[in-house]
Formats: sequence, C-alpha cells, structure tokens
Amino acid sequence: MTKLIQSSIARKVVMALSGIFLVLFLALHFTINFTSVISPDTFNEFSHFMGYNPVVQFLMQPILIAGVVIHFVMGIILEIQNNRARGVKYVQFKGSANAPWVSRNMIYSGAVVLAFLGLHFYDFWLHEMAFKYVEVNPEDPTRYYAETVEKFAPIWRTVLYVISFGLLSLHLWHGFASSFQTMGLNNKYTPAIVNFTKIYAVAIPLGFAFIALYHHFNPIIH
Amino acid sequence: MGILDSKVPKGPLADKWTQHKNDIDLVNPANKRNIDIIVVGTGLAGGSAAATLAELGYNVKTFCYQDSPRRAHSIAAQGGINASKNYQGDGDSDYRLFYDTIKGGDYRSREANVYRLAEVSGNIIDQCVAQGVPFAREYGGLLDNRSFGGVLVSRTFYAKGQTGQQLLLGAYSAMNRQIQRGKIRSYTRHEMLDLVKVDGKARGIIARNLVTGEIERHSAHAVVIASGGYGNLFFLSTYCMGANVMAAWRTHRRGAFFANPCFTQIHPTCIPVSGEHQSKLTLMSESLRNDGRIWVPKKLEDAKAIREGKLKPTELKEEDRDYYLERRYPAFGNLVPRDVASRAAKERCDAGYGVNKTGEAVYLDFAAAIKRYGTEKAYTSGIKDPDADTVRQLGEEIIEAKYGNLFQMYEKIVDQNPYKTPMMIYPAVHYTMGGLWVDYNLQTTVPGCYSVGESNFSDHGANRLGASALMQGLADGYFVLPYTIGDYLSDDIRTGKIPTDSPEFEEAEKHVTERINKLMSGKGLHSVDYYHKKLGKIMWDKCGMSRNEKGLKEAIKEIAALRKDFWENVKVTGEANSKNQELEKAGRVADFLEIGELFAKDALERKESCGGHFREEYQTPEGEALRDDKNFKYVAAWEYKGEPKDAKLHKEDLVYENIELKTRSYK
Amino acid sequence: MKIYLKIWRQKDAASKGKMVDYTMEGIEGDMSFLEMLDILNEELITKGEEPIEFDHDCREGICGTCSLQINGRPHGPDTMITACQLHMRSFNDGDTITIEPFRAKAFPVIKDLIIDRTAFDRIQQAGGFISVNTSGHTIDANSIPIEKEKADDSFYAAACIGCGACVAACKNASAMLFTSAKVSQFALLPQGRVEATDRVLNMVRQMDIEGFGNCTNTGACEVECPKGISLENIARMNREYLSASLKG
Repeated sequence: MTKLIQSSIARKVVMALSGIFLVLFLALHFTINFTSVISPDTFNEFSHFMGYNPVVQFLMQPILIAGVVIHFVMGIILEIQNNRARGVKYVQFKGSANAPWVSRNMIYSGAVVLAFLGLHFYDFWLHEMAFKYVEVNPEDPTRYYAETVEKFAPIWRTVLYVISFGLLSLHLWHGFASSFQTMGLNNKYTPAIVNFTKIYAVAIPLGFAFIALYHHFNPIIH
Repeated sequence: MGILDSKVPKGPLADKWTQHKNDIDLVNPANKRNIDIIVVGTGLAGGSAAATLAELGYNVKTFCYQDSPRRAHSIAAQGGINASKNYQGDGDSDYRLFYDTIKGGDYRSREANVYRLAEVSGNIIDQCVAQGVPFAREYGGLLDNRSFGGVLVSRTFYAKGQTGQQLLLGAYSAMNRQIQRGKIRSYTRHEMLDLVKVDGKARGIIARNLVTGEIERHSAHAVVIASGGYGNLFFLSTYCMGANVMAAWRTHRRGAFFANPCFTQIHPTCIPVSGEHQSKLTLMSESLRNDGRIWVPKKLEDAKAIREGKLKPTELKEEDRDYYLERRYPAFGNLVPRDVASRAAKERCDAGYGVNKTGEAVYLDFAAAIKRYGTEKAYTSGIKDPDADTVRQLGEEIIEAKYGNLFQMYEKIVDQNPYKTPMMIYPAVHYTMGGLWVDYNLQTTVPGCYSVGESNFSDHGANRLGASALMQGLADGYFVLPYTIGDYLSDDIRTGKIPTDSPEFEEAEKHVTERINKLMSGKGLHSVDYYHKKLGKIMWDKCGMSRNEKGLKEAIKEIAALRKDFWENVKVTGEANSKNQELEKAGRVADFLEIGELFAKDALERKESCGGHFREEYQTPEGEALRDDKNFKYVAAWEYKGEPKDAKLHKEDLVYENIELKTRSYK
Repeated sequence: MKIYLKIWRQKDAASKGKMVDYTMEGIEGDMSFLEMLDILNEELITKGEEPIEFDHDCREGICGTCSLQINGRPHGPDTMITACQLHMRSFNDGDTITIEPFRAKAFPVIKDLIIDRTAFDRIQQAGGFISVNTSGHTIDANSIPIEKEKADDSFYAAACIGCGACVAACKNASAMLFTSAKVSQFALLPQGRVEATDRVLNMVRQMDIEGFGNCTNTGACEVECPKGISLENIARMNREYLSASLKG
C-alpha cells in the first residue's frame, strides 16, 4: 500500500481498477436484485446461494469489502493531496467553464454513496451477519423476498435509496469512463466506450431505483 | 586592416574550416573539467553552445533573464531553418547556400564565415532530428522542405509555424540533460550587468538576481555572449518585451568592438500599429507573400475614404488598385526581399495612400489566391461551372490549410476576418544584423570573450534572408564555438579557479552598484517607458527604413539630449534589493539610449545604401539602393571611447575571392 | 470603456497578499489585455505607487511566460490563446475583472502576479531529452523514415509552451498534461523509444516530488491549454508508465 501511494499514476490506477471492479459488481448485484421484480422464487434462490456458498462468503465477500475500502480510502487520500497541491486558493475559480460538475465533485457524490453504503450494510449485511453468525438461526431459503419488501415499506428509506442512486449515477457518469483514461485507453474506440459508460451510469442506478420503488409501492397497490 | 584581425584561415574556401579545425589547439578531456565557461543568454545560440560545451566536459554556467531557458525569443521564429541538404534534388549545395546568403546580405558579410555556416547547416538537421525535434514530414516518412524568401531551391526545414520553438526546445532538452548531470548550472531570472576583465582577458561577469536584487560575482575562464539583438531600441518591434542589449553593450564598454550597428532588418509583413497604447508588434510569416497580393488604392481620395471608414477595400474596383510591388518589380513581384518590400510600403504610405486610421498600413489581399485555388479545386473535384460561392468556399479551405493559424492570429488581434477582407500589414523592426565584432573564431576584441547568434555582427551582412537566423544560431552554438573556444582555453589549463575577490571584480561590482543607485535616484519626472517610447520614435522616424544625413544628425543630438534627461529625471519606483521590473527596464533603456546614438552615427558614416540600410542620398533614379563597393566594402567596427559620439571607427575590409560583386536587381 | 479591476498584490514570497481594487477609464477594444495593464502601471507610477508586476515576454502567444488567472480562468475567457493575445474587446463596459496569479503549491508566488515555475524545468531535467551528443556526427536525418501521422502527433504534443495553464485550471493543480506532452513527444518517435522506460518513470517521479496534485480526468487542462494539447497524451503517459513499471 505505501509503495502504491508513492506514485500519483499508481494511485490513480488503484482508483480505476477498484472502481471497475465495483462497477462489475454493481452489474451482478443489479441482475440478482432485478429477479425480485420478476420472480420472488428465483430471487430467493439466488440470494440463498450468495448467502451460504463458501466461495462467495469467504473469498468473494472479503474481496468486495476490500475493493470498497480501497476505493474510498484512496479516494480520500487523493482528495487530501489534491487539496494540498493548491495551498493558497483562488479568490475566483471558474471551474464550470472548463470541466463538468460531476468530474469536479466526485468526492461529494462518492461521500453520499459511501454514507448510503453504511445504511445499506446496516440494512442488509449486518442483518445477515446477525442472522447467520450471532443468532445462529437455521437456514431458511425462502425468507429473502419478504425481508426485502419489508425493508422498503418505510417511505423515508425508499427516498434515501433513490437519492443515493441518483448520486451513484453521477459518480459513475464520470468515474466509469475516467477509469479507461487512467488505464491508458484513449483511442478511436474511446467515443464508443464513453457512450457505453454513460448508458451504464444511467441505466443501472435507474434500475436500482425502480426496484426500490417497486417494492415500496407494490404492496400498497395490491 | 588596422588592428582588426579576422583570423580567417588560409587555403581554398571549401577547405578552410576543416583545415582550421585540424590546426587549432585542443584541451584534453581531463583538463576540461578544470575550466569554467559562462554563457549569457539561452536562446538557440546560447542554449546549444552551453549544452555542447558541457558535453565536452567544461563546467558551464548559463544566465538568462527569463524564468526558464525555454522562453528565449528564438521561440518566436515561425518559418523554418535553411540547410543545404539537397534532399529535394533541386541542385542545392553548400556553395549555393553560401552564395544566396552573401548576395542576400548585399555583399557586406565575410566569405569564410558564411561558407562555414553553409557547410555545417546539414549537420544541424541531423542533430535536431536525433534530439527528437518533430520536423514536418512527407507521407513517405522523410523530411519535408519548403521554399522561402525568394531563393531558387527548397531548402527550408520546418515544424508547422513553430520551427523556432521546436529547435529551441531541442537545445533546451540538450541543456537539461547537462543540468541533470551537474555540468551546467542554470541561473534563471538573472541579468548580466557587467563584464569583468582580469589582465585584459574576460574572466567573469557581474549579474543581478532579478528576484532578490542581489548583485552576484561569477568567474570563469571564458565568457560567451549570446544575448540576441538590440531591435527593441525602436520600442515597437517584433522582439519580445525583455529583449535588450545590456550584455553586449556592457561588453562593448569593456573593450569589445561593436560592428555595423545600423544594419537592421525591417520585416514587411507585420500587423500595423493600432494606437498609442501599442506595446509590441506581431509578425505574420513571410510565407504569406507567396499567395497574398500587396496593394493600396490608386487614388488619394479613395485612400482617404477608406481611412475614414466610408469605403470598404472590397468595394474598390480592380482598376482603382495599385499593386505597387508588381508594378515596380515585375520579375519578383510580391516576392522581393524583405528590405525592398518594406521600403516600398513606406514609400506608398508616406505619399498618403495608407489604409488604416493611422495611415500606416497596406493591404495583403488573398482574394485572387482564394479564387485561383477554388477554381482549381472545383475542377479537380469534377465540379463543372462552379458558382462563385462554391469557388470561394473551396478556395478558403485551401488557404485555411496553408495559413489557418496565421489567419486566426490576425483575426484575434485585429478583429477582422482576413478571408473576407484583405489583411492590413506594415513593416516592423525584426532583426539586427549588426552586433559585437567577432573574428573567424567568434571571439570579440576582448580575449576570452566570445559572441554567438544574433548578438554578434554575424554572417548576414546588411540584410538577412528568411530562415537563416535559426541556422546561424545553432551553427555557432553546436558546431563552431565549441571547437574554436578550445584554441583559446588550451592556455588556461593551469590557471585554476578564477577568484572573485580580486580588485577587478571589486571595481566591476562597485561600478554596477553605483549605476543602479544612480538609476534609483532620478528626480522622478517620467517613467522609463516614457523615455523608451521617445527614443523609439526618434529611431523610427530618423533611423528607420530610410535615412538621410540631416535626420541622422538630428537623431544623434536628440538621443544624446534624451539620455541626459533620462539620467536626471527618470522615475524608478520600488527598491533595488527586491524584484523590480521598473529597475530592470531602466537599466536596459539606459543602454538603448547609448547604442541608439552609435546606431545613428554608424548610419551617418556609411554613405551608401545597402541591404537594410537605405540612405536617401544614395539611390538610383528609380529609387533603388545604390551600393558603393569602392568606398564602403567594409565592416564598421566601433571602439568605445566614453560617449557614443566619440566612438572610434575601425574598418575590416571585406575580401571577395569566390564571389563576384553584383548589383541586386529584382526588376 | 470603464473597467473595474481586482488584482492580487503581494510584496514578495514571504508576505501575505491581498486583492486590490483599481478602476480604469478610456479602455479601447483594440488594446491587448496586457497593454491595459501597462496603462494602469503608467498611472500607478505617475502617482508614485509601485506598478503591478506580471510576467510577460513575447506578447504573441508562444513563449509561455504570461501566467494570469483572469476571471477565474487561466489566460482569461477566450480559449486557445494566452493572456497576451487576449484583447479588451472580449470585455464590456462596466465589467469587473479579477486578476490572480496561477496558483499551485508547486508554483509559489514571487511578487504580485509573478510565479516561480522552475518545477517544470526540473521535470524536464529528470528525463525530457534524448541522450545524444550534440556533435552533429549522428546519422543522416533522413536515415530513419517516420510515419507522417506519428511525426505530426509528436509535433502536436511538442507544441506545449510550458505556461502552466493546465496546472492553473486543474482543481487538483495537477501537472499531468504538461508532463505527458513531453513524454508523448518522445514516445512517439523512434529516437525517443530507446530511453522511454526510464524517461517516464523519472519524469513522473519528479512531477510527484514537486507537489503537483493527482489527475482526476476532469479535462479542464485540455480546455484551457492555449495550444490545445490533447488528453490523449495523459492516457499515453499512463500507458507508458504502467508498462515501464511492469518492466522495471
């Protein structure tokens, strides 16, 4: 870690790689979650597999947590360094003239997503850990759908989730495409790649938001 | 020949340089480590000299007033660099480049030096390519050339419109490599204020640290002056704002002769002055004259109406326009050399035909070229009977591909679209051929003091050809000085470090400090710029594109009076012991006020017209320059004797053994 | 026109600076921005005050000396030009214009609007060259053909004038565009490939030592660069750096 922090480009690469990893994870997460809208049984099956498969639990899960931690720790280190790189601030700085808002405010969109992750871990992950390892409940492969729907019953939580997905979208809007640039990819395919990342940055958070809203409103309507 | 010995080696012209290199003394590599050299100025000549000297093993200190060596004004050269590579197979050779340079200089330069310049020109290109200078290339991957300045071959290498920048960055990168190795110590934001002589030899300089104001002593076994030209004495010029003559002038005051100060190049295609506030002039590349036609209105009343904004140039009928260069010089037309084109523009404007509000501008019109290219393009694209709009559009596209960045620059400054309305141009001071007198070894009349690049009186005679300044700077720095300086330094291998606590350094520092104190204690009536502008006006009016005895005599008197006024009444704000741009300017203007007078004196003395020096009394009935080879075929080298008016003239007779002297004709 | 100016004044590196207000009348559109400052300085000198010090030299947009942050943007509101090429016609009667030095920890202020950019020189010294001796006895210039496209790209990278607008515009004060332009110029040429590995490692290391920030790909540098140096150069340097790190 210390060696990585020594070079600015290496730090950036760490950011990009952990970011791409999290982007890929998002796709997986979304796919599983989306089954909850289509078929509660499929959703339960997937969730149970993820919750009890030892490879997922003891290999993938720590890697994911490490990925998240590395991404945000490095993000904070970069922010601190970048702040220091301009000791005396400008009296007037017109950042909007030359760079999009999202690219200049990754720390804020990232911080909101991080805060959301706290809530999200509290809601689902802590709950799972308690269920499995503290209370040592027996396995129940059918509980996940009902638990998810129950979580989205309160309007405040649904709203918080939807707002967070909005900021996630902004974060991805810059971050996803940016990671290709950091990895040294900028050529004739770049416009296509950028378009793909923008679609991704909107579609995935929008999908998550839809799922949250679906589980909030579905029980009310029916 | 008097006391001036040019030290040109004997033997046939083509063998002189090789033979000379074989004959001169060398310093062995172990001894070079014990020898220090100071290089003042880090443009093409200084930067390349410093890098090469350090590479050979000498300890080099470089000084520049800019914040980085990369910013020297060599960077502004647009067009290109000449070399007799003959890559195009169009019959170019060292001899042809040599011949063109001598002829272009109106037979006022030294044969042996110019031949050597042509001889090493090819090496410059090899060197720069090896350094990673990104010259323009053809599709086959080989280097591209273009023709320039009316010569008959294509020998100009270029990097878009930024050749000077790319070459300077090449020299700067070579310097950086030596700085990294510890062989060069680079002193930026430092200005040389005096030369220190010990036992008659140049042994160091006094410099001012421009950030802290500290006066510093630096010693060395030899001093190289590479501080550029003095064109800024005209106030308005295409020079950078900081360009000055201080290093060269201080050296002159310590005994180095100053040669041909009146030889100044006035470039014909610059953006005209827009008002009183003007601080500097911008050059538009000479290449524009390949496609642009220069004209003014035929009738005085049309010119007046245009000046008052009542008439647009595009509304003027073809028969009401005077394409005066095509009229006067049918053979060369718009492509006459710089000095001829400049004078012709001045002649028309003085006669009242100027076209901008100050009356000092002529048109450079691309309408014909746009139409010609457009028609051709339409034809080759298979468009039969194209309408005027299509032709215009196609033509503009081709002009844009050729000169796009220049047109854009023009529009930024003048706020007019040069595709739609003719450009306005006017001549401006651009280069000084004169400078410190040097012998074949580039040594001045002070032993151990050398001068390279524009700061020496150079190889360009009375007029420089386009794309030759870069060539000369790099030839001096990379390939000539590093050899010839060894001949002198071979006597210094046992000298040891030069102490800086000697009485000579003491005296020089005292002199510098007193001068600064005197500048700081003026009565404070007028700013430095006030004097600089006044000097510039005298120079432009009386020592500019054409000169006459009466004007020059007046100029000498007026400059002397202005100098007196300056020293009594100048106002320099701030303090001497801190960053102080006003003090920096004051020191430079003080020297301009001296060289300006010598300039006028030299112009008065030279009773002939040649190259950039046009004396109204000496012209043909058609108004062309009348050279006098019988009486003035010499280099005028001036020795400092106190006041500029007392300067003593020494003549170096120019001998032409390989070239026949002819009258330049462009009719 | 009448113009209200707010200009950063700072006596020297050690002193604290502040914004000072000036009002100017009779400004014409044909004046360049720096000529407007010249006039202001003449007025200050007449009043016996110290003029405002600012760096400038060629005044034709090529030397890279001028370094003014005008209304929050390096080299002012127009793109593809330096401050010395900016003209007053880009402003309106009654405008307020703020002028500050380019700001970065690696570019300390020397006086008023003058900054110290020697950090850039040191980055170049770390490897911005090809190690050939300047003897001239290299191979003939035409002995290595170079693809025109690559030679042109190399030129576009080499067009950097080292003004520091990229650093000034970057919210992180990163020098990646500057450094990558030099790395790219050489990386694209066969002559430069020989030392490519060491060059990129050394130049990036020096860039980090100087205290510039990290690139976060906002693209502000590319927009504000007076010579239009492309972000592709940064990607190229990242690529070069990664492969060099893996090799070394």
